Amino acid sequence: MSEILLQIDGKEVKASEGMTIYEAAKSAGIFIPTLCHHEKLTPYGACRVCTVELETAGRTRLVAACVYPVERNMVVRTRSVKVGKTRKVILEELLAHAPDSEDLRRLAREYGADADRFEKEPAFCILCGLCVRYCAEIKQKYAVGFSDRGPRREIIFIPEVASKACWDCKECFELCPTSYAQAAYVLTEALAFPDRASASAPEE
Amino acid sequence: MPRIKSPAELEEFRKGILSKRDPQKPCIAVCTGTGCIALGAAEVVAALREEIKKQGLGAEVDVKVDIRETGCPGFCEQGPVIVIYPEEICYLQVKPDDAKEIIAETILAKKVIDRLLYVDPVSKEKSIRESDVPFYKNQTRLLIGNNIKLDPKSIEDYLAVGGYTALVKALAGMKPEQVLDVVKDSNIRGRGGAGFPAGKKWEFARNSPGDTKYVVVNADEGDPGAFMDRALLEGNPHAVLEGLLIGAYAIGAHEGFLYVRQEYPLAVDNVTIAIRAAEDLGLLGKNILGSGFDFSVKVHRGAGAFVCGEETALLRSLEGKPGEPVARPPYPAVKGLWNKPTNINNVETWANIPLIINKGSKFFTSIGTEKSKGTKIFSLVGKVKNTGLVEVPMGITLRDIIYKVGGGIPGEKKFKAVQTGGPSGGCIPEEYLDMSVDFDELAKVGAIMGSGGMIVMDEDTCMVDVARYFLNFLSDESCGKCTPCREGIRQMLKILTNISQGKGKEGDVELLETLAETTRDASLCALGGSAPNPVLSTIRYFKDEYDAHIKDKKCPAFVCKELISFYIDPDKCSACMICLRKCPVDAIIGGKKQIHVIDQEKCTNCGTCFEVCPSRFGAVRRLSGEPVPAPIPEEARNLAGESK
Ligand SMILES: Cc1cc2nc3c(=O)[nH]c(=O)nc-3n(C[C@H](O)[C@H](O)[C@H](O)COP(=O)(O)O)c2cc1C
Ligand code: SF4
Repeated sequence: MSEILLQIDGKEVKASEGMTIYEAAKSAGIFIPTLCHHEKLTPYGACRVCTVELETAGRTRLVAACVYPVERNMVVRTRSVKVGKTRKVILEELLAHAPDSEDLRRLAREYGADADRFEKEPAFCILCGLCVRYCAEIKQKYAVGFSDRGPRREIIFIPEVASKACWDCKECFELCPTSYAQAAYVLTEALAFPDRASASAPEE
Repeated sequence: MPRIKSPAELEEFRKGILSKRDPQKPCIAVCTGTGCIALGAAEVVAALREEIKKQGLGAEVDVKVDIRETGCPGFCEQGPVIVIYPEEICYLQVKPDDAKEIIAETILAKKVIDRLLYVDPVSKEKSIRESDVPFYKNQTRLLIGNNIKLDPKSIEDYLAVGGYTALVKALAGMKPEQVLDVVKDSNIRGRGGAGFPAGKKWEFARNSPGDTKYVVVNADEGDPGAFMDRALLEGNPHAVLEGLLIGAYAIGAHEGFLYVRQEYPLAVDNVTIAIRAAEDLGLLGKNILGSGFDFSVKVHRGAGAFVCGEETALLRSLEGKPGEPVARPPYPAVKGLWNKPTNINNVETWANIPLIINKGSKFFTSIGTEKSKGTKIFSLVGKVKNTGLVEVPMGITLRDIIYKVGGGIPGEKKFKAVQTGGPSGGCIPEEYLDMSVDFDELAKVGAIMGSGGMIVMDEDTCMVDVARYFLNFLSDESCGKCTPCREGIRQMLKILTNISQGKGKEGDVELLETLAETTRDASLCALGGSAPNPVLSTIRYFKDEYDAHIKDKKCPAFVCKELISFYIDPDKCSACMICLRKCPVDAIIGGKKQIHVIDQEKCTNCGTCFEVCPSRFGAVRRLSGEPVPAPIPEEARNLAGESK
């Protein structure tokens, strides 16, 4: 793979073709915050907390570091005023739904995000999709998915699948930045297959 | 039908068609596009056929008049539209009952029926020929003008108006690179929204490594007010196919897809028929016209969401996956459908290609501004006299579109703003009416060309309400994948709703601007990227209206229900009882010779009384930002005995 030279926060960084800005930064010891990113999963680019400023041909714009591929002579700023402002607003928007998430609160402190800027609408889920994608890509079970769109979007465990696939897995619970995945599962279990909840071993 | 194996055979075939057609033979072209069908065009066609039989024309072996069922010529508001050839007499709002007279008078006696002509509302002048109708006269109808000239279900009709000559020219006389050069030189920019130069995009796809490449027609047309893509696909499907074929040849693709919006059954039908006919003739399939070029095309029905029109979401949907946008780069030209290089263009972009190849890039660049060439079809709606599809040269002023083509604002009202670009477009105020329509100029004033939606608003429009309305649409249509779009729109909508309900606070406008900026700059796809336009443009040009709502709890246009009240002026009320009878919630207290009073508790601010109060009394007043005067005491309400 050919080598690509780019500049991140004023530092010359060597990367190889096909890497993302996030990966290149990481390899150079530059930390970019993420919520929906996971090493084992296909980059998703949804939470936008990894937003960085990219300068090409004299024009700057914001891109998501976790999905944007490196290019020759790119100039990337991971800590500009604009980046800070953007991450702050995104965190504030997410905190309205999951005010108790430790991950969010830590980032909120760093970016000066006001957890009370927007009216609370606790849904607990921040729709990072880690559970959905982990279940699909790694476990290939598709027990949890997204339903609906826009502000009504939510994750749902599909009872028919979850009742068989989840009881001895539950690996997504640990990935969840808000612990909503577990809550959603428990709720589904209680409503849709309570017998499975009380049984300690698989029926088969 | 014979399978045609060479350009020469196609020309023979075309000659054969033309030799059987007598240009002097009367032909009644009836628009049977979706709009006119809704207004009864099918019944008009049936009545005309019936009359032809009755009046003896059909009895002869050689029928003396043709009826052609065509696609939409654009003047939907005046439908059903018919044009009678060869004189090109244009009749509007035709009813089945008119059929008898049309056959007897116009076809047999060669007389024009005055009452079916277009009458100019101002000058009262009548227009006989289609091209004299002011609505059409001020347009440049290079694309949509063909609709009335052909039956979209007939490939012969398309061939008769010179169809597929551009394909012949490309396949038989040009190398793919040469075709690409012409399209690049024409500077045509995509008509689907972003305005990216089509030639450049084709070149990316052509130069992307890989043997399998795809071309796609984006006919998702999710913008609720726009229907130019439907009109083209329904009315002239072969033009879109011809453009697609030429593009595929230039790019090196052998398979194409038409992604058609679910709600467009007639477009799906007509384009499917067109594909069959082109296949039968050998214009699609293997070794087209003996050139060695193979190409096939399939129709795919859309998933029905606005965001599915976004190219990456559309391609995922074509693959059978959820229609959600994915990050670019890689662009479809590199990694598109099933990870193969894919070129996707809008219906109108494709429909321009035969014209560009036939007439050359010089012809095309002679129309328009420096950076926006050719014509653009707009869907002109709202507070304008003539609504419908209008095709105008780029560079025309907004004023000319609204006043010359559109005929101005109805009802002596004042113009307030024009919103271009669909739900995520921007609102442009009066001071910019003389700017020319051009991708970059529109962007400069905070609007977009978008797909060509154009909504005219008059003084009775509340700009805060407009912003709220579009954000509400976008909130429903955001896929919800990325935070800035999903949450940003949610928060902006909440603030706008609060403002319009009188719950706005100091600092709301600034917060809207912050949210808008984050949504615009940090979203994954252009839905989020453009969603703030209605908010930002209304703040930019109509900040005073925001202030009035927030500070004075006043809606200057009397639209926001929570901020207005209605009041009957006791000095003007003549107790005519009209409003009393019409009020849907019985909120009006009064009676014969009793001055009427509105029970503010019951009143829902629907405005019925305001509308029905006879103008000679004009007793109902709208109030906003001021208290409603106390009702006059009951004992003072008696009008009896007064000479009023
Ligand atoms: C939310 C959204 C909806 C879109 N809808 C359409 C559409 O209905 N039709 C269309 O041609 N392009 C639509 N686009 C633009 C496409 O992404 C793409 O730019 C276009 O199809 C490219 O064709 P063009 O270059 O010929 O314009 C949409 C874009 C976004 C962000
Ligand atoms: S910008 Fe909106 S529509 Fe586009 S990916 Fe993000 S949430 Fe979905």
